[in-house]
Amino acid sequence: MGGWTGKLLRVNLTTGSHRIEPIPGGWLRDYLGGRGLADRYAFEELDPTVEPLSPENVLIFATGPLTGTPVPCGARYMVVTKGALTGAITTSNSGGHFGPELKFAGYDLLILEGKSPRPSYLFIYDQHVEIRPADDFWGKGVFETEDGLRRELGIPQLRVACIGQAGEKLVRFACIMNDKHRAAGRSGVGAVMGSKNLKAIAVRGTQGVPISDPVAFMKAVGKMRHDMKDHPGRIGFTELGTAATIDMTQAFGGLPTRNFLEGQFDEFENLNGNTIRDTRMVANKACFACTIACGRVTRLGDAANKYLVNMHPRNWRMAAEGPEYENAWALGADTGVGDLDAVLKANWLCNDLGMDPISMGATLAAAMELYQEGALQHVSLEMPLKFGSAEALIRMVEATGHREGFGDELAEGSKRMGEKFLRPEVFMGSKGQEFPAYDPRGFQGMGVAYATCNRGGCHLRAWTPGPETSGVMDPHTPVGKGEWVRHEQDRTTVHDNTGICLFVGGAGGPVESLVPCAAAATGIPYTIDEFVKIGERTWNLERLWNLRAGFTRAEDSLPKRLLQDAHRQGPSAGVVVQLEPMLDDYYRERGWDDAGRPTADKLESLGLANL
Amino acid sequence: MTVKTLQIVPDRCTGCMQCELACSWVQTGQFQPSRSLIRVQIFDEEASYAPYGCVQCDEAWCMNACPTQAIVIDPATGAKVVLDQMCIGCHLCTIACPFGTVWTTPGTDKAAKCDHCGGQPACATACPTQAIQYVDGDKSQDWFAGWQQRVHDGYVTALGPES
Repeated sequence: MGGWTGKLLRVNLTTGSHRIEPIPGGWLRDYLGGRGLADRYAFEELDPTVEPLSPENVLIFATGPLTGTPVPCGARYMVVTKGALTGAITTSNSGGHFGPELKFAGYDLLILEGKSPRPSYLFIYDQHVEIRPADDFWGKGVFETEDGLRRELGIPQLRVACIGQAGEKLVRFACIMNDKHRAAGRSGVGAVMGSKNLKAIAVRGTQGVPISDPVAFMKAVGKMRHDMKDHPGRIGFTELGTAATIDMTQAFGGLPTRNFLEGQFDEFENLNGNTIRDTRMVANKACFACTIACGRVTRLGDAANKYLVNMHPRNWRMAAEGPEYENAWALGADTGVGDLDAVLKANWLCNDLGMDPISMGATLAAAMELYQEGALQHVSLEMPLKFGSAEALIRMVEATGHREGFGDELAEGSKRMGEKFLRPEVFMGSKGQEFPAYDPRGFQGMGVAYATCNRGGCHLRAWTPGPETSGVMDPHTPVGKGEWVRHEQDRTTVHDNTGICLFVGGAGGPVESLVPCAAAATGIPYTIDEFVKIGERTWNLERLWNLRAGFTRAEDSLPKRLLQDAHRQGPSAGVVVQLEPMLDDYYRERGWDDAGRPTADKLESLGLANL
Repeated sequence: MTVKTLQIVPDRCTGCMQCELACSWVQTGQFQPSRSLIRVQIFDEEASYAPYGCVQCDEAWCMNACPTQAIVIDPATGAKVVLDQMCIGCHLCTIACPFGTVWTTPGTDKAAKCDHCGGQPACATACPTQAIQYVDGDKSQDWFAGWQQRVHDGYVTALGPES
């Protein structure tokens, strides 16, 4: 057997005990690893009704069979838990070097249970596993924690996944950060880690990943690299990064602006890929085994002294990563801020504090809408929360991470905040999670993709702007969208299971090209049909878990603003989201009943009948 | 004999570790970066990634230090290679190397150093950005001279106008 290590590390933080267990071969075969395998364990061991921030929640780190191999972008690991923001099963994905290091230490999965009695961190050096006190790091940011752990343990090659102050303070959308700038970002996985009193996981792995059929494997990897080398998608990612997307969403009137009140942002050119590259970028950065290197390493240069509104001293002169498209949108267009330097600062603060910039920006945008409408008249605020205020953006990001002043309200996410101020309609998201940067009134398909995603509003499970902007489908019709979203969800899910970055799909390496890699690595003769079925099985398993957690068709919903209020101007003017017909299509395609429950036949065909 | 050398251009490196994966594959038949003989040093805050490995010194201290003459020059490539059957695992070469680019194999303690893969270095093949290239020794100077000048200029600038 190759690809997998076949072992998991289980750590009970309450008692401080750990043990190494074998993983059933059938589960490896049927779920492939990563997200699917972690879902299977979550289904078995994580009660869907527990409070997310209680010791009963379980936090799972999972690598795939291709993590730590030279398959392009084999860097990914997944964090699976009950989301602090959503209460649904969450599956947050991150790159960098942490996932491969965990694999090299010899584990496919790391399962964390219970709650440490005091602030601690977990140190893993191959078979050596130790829970150590984290008093020196508690209260510190992500950058300082990672550097400090390397110093304390004296291992330069150490890889660290940790939380910042936001995770410690249980900010509902706190991330788990690794390699300083890479994040398992969404749904508040960092708050779950913080609730367990776990500051960091420091890993050094010296073992190897064996491969079943080396000759076939290297051939498959070589073909994939060859296909990606001159692919326009690959070149686009390398040259302009994800931020190039902003030109496209702007052109289609699908760039949500000022909390989705508008569909286009006048100052979008200040935030796009060209501007970032030409003004602030100093280098490309790759995750482990990545041949794309879409990461933007940026430096503020002369702008380091702009907007010094933060109270906590920081070094604004170092090089750091970002912003990506989503961050540039959430901290920029959604809050109406058109200054790249302000967005850069807010983005770095999010990274250091360990917060999801999407939910942060979207929650602040919702607060700005409340402010503009006078709903915050009786609240003590440090500064006016006007749309477009760079000072408010930077200060509120920091205040949220530390839960200072009004930041304490923002830290609850826009759903809870909107309800508290009796204006729930300012929440732009689904299942409690804020939407990312695509307005479903510009890209109709994103409506059903957002509504049906198992982890709440998310763009990574089915990205419909691809076909909707390339002439394959009309962006404004609901026809065919349910079917396409189902198709794409299964394919992206199996991507997450292998441990390969989703971006290879847009860079010349579709799921089909991963099949021979996984087959040669594991020695199991997978086919593309089996691959997609693994994706479908994983998706249905997550759905079953969510149903048990109390989610129903009523939660596969969108805010009224998207269903009733059309934009008045731009290419998407007059369009509202026709969710119900798309949802009916989607359920039918999935083989679910009208209430969104998988039918017995469907479960039988996926081998899930006895669950 | 044309001596070829690994030319490393840190500015092109993205820190993806494909070189480490490829090298460890040659050494062990697995993907195991801890056994790679080329390493990438990442300087995060400077946005700089620097692959480094044996530079195949003209006057190789590892070779001079070896008590059993287990390190010899490969006549085909000019690289200094370890003869496993001669190596007694004393670690002297790892201490002698000024660059820290001779390692030992866990378990056997035998010296492990870059041998240019006998003339087809896997790291250069694996590098997606041509940050590592296998070129004629004399040609590598072209790039190195420019780099030297840049370091010199930077140093002079840092010293200030009084210098």
